[in-house]
Parts: sequence; structure tokens; C-alpha cells
Amino acid sequence: MPEWIYRRLGDRLFATLVAVLGLGVVGAALLITVVLYQGSAEAFRTFGFFGFLTSSVWDAVRGVFGAWPPLLGTLITASLALLLAFFPALAAAIFVVEMAPRWLREPVAYLVDLLAALPSVVYGLWGIFVLVPLVRAHLELPLFTWAAARAPLLVPLLGPPTGIGLLSATLVLALMIVPYASSLARDALALVPQSQREAMFALGATRWEVVRRVVIPYARAGIFSGVVLALARALGETMAVTMLIGNAVNLPYTVFGPAATMASLIANEFTEADTDLHLSALVAVGFVLLLLSLLTNLAATWVLHRLSRKEVRR
Amino acid sequence: MGEPYRMETQNLSVYYGRTPGVRGVSLPIHDRRVTALIGPSGCGKTTFLRSLNRMHDLTPGVRVEGRVLLDGEDVYAPGVDPVVVRRRVGMVFQRPTPFPTMSIFENVVAGLRLVGVRDRHRLAEAAERALRMAALWDEVKDRLHAPAVGLSGGQQQRLSIARALAVEPEVLLMDEPTSALDPISTQAIEDLLEDLKKTVTIVIVTHNMQQAARVSDYTAFFLNGEMVEFGPTERLFTNPEDPRTEAYITGRFG
Ligand SMILES: Nc1ncnc2c1ncn2[C@@H]1O[C@H](COP(=O)(O)OP(=O)(O)O)[C@@H](O)[C@H]1O
Ligand SMILES: [Mg+2]
Repeated sequence: MPEWIYRRLGDRLFATLVAVLGLGVVGAALLITVVLYQGSAEAFRTFGFFGFLTSSVWDAVRGVFGAWPPLLGTLITASLALLLAFFPALAAAIFVVEMAPRWLREPVAYLVDLLAALPSVVYGLWGIFVLVPLVRAHLELPLFTWAAARAPLLVPLLGPPTGIGLLSATLVLALMIVPYASSLARDALALVPQSQREAMFALGATRWEVVRRVVIPYARAGIFSGVVLALARALGETMAVTMLIGNAVNLPYTVFGPAATMASLIANEFTEADTDLHLSALVAVGFVLLLLSLLTNLAATWVLHRLSRKEVRR
Repeated sequence: MGEPYRMETQNLSVYYGRTPGVRGVSLPIHDRRVTALIGPSGCGKTTFLRSLNRMHDLTPGVRVEGRVLLDGEDVYAPGVDPVVVRRRVGMVFQRPTPFPTMSIFENVVAGLRLVGVRDRHRLAEAAERALRMAALWDEVKDRLHAPAVGLSGGQQQRLSIARALAVEPEVLLMDEPTSALDPISTQAIEDLLEDLKKTVTIVIVTHNMQQAARVSDYTAFFLNGEMVEFGPTERLFTNPEDPRTEAYITGRFG
């Protein structure tokens, strides 16, 4: 760029560029929302917004669509995956920041982060070829035979021990979100001032007590951010879940048996939806998913605000 | 033996990697007296102090040689738990370190919770006693459950002192506890040392000679990682034996 143009326009050009790009992102988000809503209109008109949300029948043949089963599927898989992932993720962060000898820190942190770099479809394949047979042989079959012999009431709750279904999908999902929760927790722990640790050690605390009573509370906002990021990831994860969950939209779900999440339902049925209503219902599910993510984020922002309000600003 | 020492270092050296921070220091610490460590910045006062309650254990690459006796037993002897040493030898740092997620009350009783004290009355009593000793009680008694970070710097430092006192240490190590404080807070802390030493043995690092002269019974002068001179404060300030001590206290260097 010639010098004089730069001198005359430099700052203004830069400001405009930033504004256009920034507003463009916001605009795209709004556009997505609008398009999703328009696409869902027919479904919402036919079943009503709350009727659609709460109806548990999803039957393409009869043209009846209710979002409750995939909504439930998303809530169950995401929250269980989060529960399963949280402590390992936190433990990995604590190990790296507080326990590991210096030379081991970088490699372990790197390996954990690498889990986030694997494509979703690879998790799906690994799930099908490695995890599913293991889960079936060592978890589901033994439990099922035990229940059949000792606690027949549990059998309908457990469902068919095929390996493909809710349990396997949740396990893989949990593994996939560990790096998100862990990496933010790690950053938060690393930011805790050494003086905080020393103050607790000086009172006669063991390393574990220092971590539990000082380091984790100090870092709680960052740890929570990681949890939110992981949850957001789990709510929307599509490919691996679609490959593993069995895609059955019928309630009731069972522990081992097939189920569906909102994302997996859309991915699974979108190409074969042959009526406008079916298509609209799928878009409406997408809209609900968007709403759910939005609500989650709003709630998270609120909690974060409350968490950080009392804290130091130094 | 004459007067019993509460603590004593014998030929103590501390190395950061290969570099010595403190070399060959033998210092007696008299029971229920205030011992001041003075000397120019970087002479090893902090390094020495942190070896007394095994804080160096927490930093990789720091090596301690020699002996640190507490009631005649070496705190670095094999089998001695540093956690137990730190319960008996408390520490107050240069900057106040309130735990930001805890209330004033929880800060004070943090050390008691570590040893499993659950009883509410005992905790409340201990908190009041420690806060009174640290001359903070009157200022905070109506807001014990407010966040500790709402206190002023001087109050936070007295809170750190109360927190260290609540576990009833036998020895209290203070590393320039007033260097970040205003004159009034400094005065408050100097005043409380006088009362504290009735029950607690105190070692205080200060780079302020007037402070050492005001508050201490014994003074050790450090220079370049070595202890140049040790003696009763009055004698050391009025009649130093070593020319370097004299040079320092008359303000000719440092
Ligand atoms: N963590 C450390 N790593 C390496 N050298 C250190 C460390 N801490 C202190 N030192 C060195 O040890 C010497 C004594 O430091 P210090 O004990 O902090 O002095 P003082 O408290 O008297 O100012 C200084 O030369 C300082 O640079
Ligand atoms: Mg120092």
C-alpha cells in the first residue's frame, strides 16, 4: 500500500475493517437463527411450540413429530458425559499443574489437548471397533446376565446389551469433552499465585489440602468455564454420537439400548426426509438445540458473574 | 547449657542450584524473644527464614545443608514430616495473602480446619483469640463473615498474622511483615509483637534498622549470604564488634 494512502486512511481503514468483520459474525449468527426459525415454522404451526417440545412421538410414517425424545437424549448424554468427564479432566489438570515433575508436564498437557484435535468421526470409528465390543463383553453382558438372574425388575431398565446405544455414546462423548474441561482448568490452576499455595503450606497443610482448600477455590471460575465449554461441546456433538447411539427415537430409552440426540436425529434423518413437515420438524429440532445452547450459555454467564464478584482483583 | 534455645541453626547453608543463598549460618533463637534479621537486600534473610520451617522443600532445585534444631531436634532429620514442622513454626509473608474465596472468619480458622477442628464454639473462640492477638478484633468483629479481600492492606496483613497465630505455633517467622504497609498499620503490628512474645518465639526479617531496634531482643546482621554478627539488639546497635556491622548500622552502605 502506498505510503500516502496508508497515512491518510490507515486508522479509518482498520477500524472499518474490524467493524465489518465483527458485525458480519454477529449478522451471520442472527441470520442462522432467523433461517432456522423460518424453516421450523411449519412444524411449530402444526404441533404448537410447546406441543412440539413435549410430545414424545416421532413417527415419520404417520407424519407426527415431537422433540421430547431427542431433547431428552441430548440432556441425558450430555449431562452424564459431563459427570463422567469432570473429575478425570480436573485430575489431569491438577496432575499437570500441581503434581507432575517438570519434565512430564508439557507432554501430558499436550497429550490431553491432542484428544481435542482428533476428528469426531475418528472417535466414532474407535467407538465402533474398540469401545463397543469392550462395553458389550465386559460391562453390558455381565450386568445383563446378573440382572436377569438376580434382579429381573432391572432388565427392562437396562435394555438390550448390544453395545450400540446410550451407554457407549455417552462414554465416547465423555472422552471427547475431557480435553476442553481439562485445558481450561489447567490454565486456571496455573494462574493461582504461588503465594496462595505457600500461605496454606505454611499453616501445615499437605499438598492435597492446599489443592483442595486454596488452589481449586481460587481457580473455580476458570474451572467452571471449562465445564461450560465441555457441556456446549457435548450438547452439539454429532458425528461420533450418531455412529454409536443407535438412532432410535422411541421412548422409553434404556441404559444399553439405542436412543437419539437432537444432533444425531438431524444428521441421521435429514437426507431421507421426504415430506415438508418432516424436514421442517428436523429444522425445528435444530432450533430447539440452538435455544438449549443459548440458555446454557446464559446460565453459565450468570453463574460466572456471581463466582467472580466476590473475588480479588489483584 | 544456659538459657534454652527454642530453635538453633548449625552451619546452615542453602543453595539455589549451585549458587549459595546462605552460607554457614549458626544462629541461636531464644525462647519467647524477638530475633531480628537485618541486612541489605539480597543478603539471604528470606532464604534463611524459609529454611526454618522447611518452605524450601516446595521449590525444586533448592538444597539445604547443615542443621536446624527445634527443641533440640533437627527438622531436616529423616522421618520428620515437614507438615508437622510447619504447624509448630508458623510464617507470615511479606505481602498479605488472604484466601480470596474465604470469609474473614474462615481465613483465621483455615489452619484449625486442617487439623480437623469442627466444633463451632472452639472455632469461634480460637478466631476471636487470634484476632485479638493480632489487634484486628475490634475492626472486624461485626463482619466476620464478609470476604477477607474487602479489608485494607494493613488489616489483611494482621489477618495473615491472626491466621498464623490461630494454630498456636511455638515459633512465628515474619518476613518483612510491614514493608508493604502504611505507617499506622506498621505501628499496629510493631505494637502487637510486644504482647505476642509473651507466648510465641518470633523471628522477624526487616530491612528497616529502626524497626529492628524497636521490636527485637536479639539481632543478627547478614551480608552476602553470611551472618556477620549476632547479639543482643542493644549491644549490637550501640557497640558492634564487626566493622561491617558498624558500617551498615551507621548507614555507610546498604
Ligand atoms: N528462588 C531463587 N532462585 C535463585 N536464586 C534465588 C532465589 N531466591 C533468592 N535467590 C538469591 O539468593 C540470594 C538471597 O536472596 P533473599 O534471601 O531473597 O535475600 P533477602 O531476603 O535478604 O533480600 C539473592 O542473591 C537472590 O538473588
Ligand atoms: Mg527478602
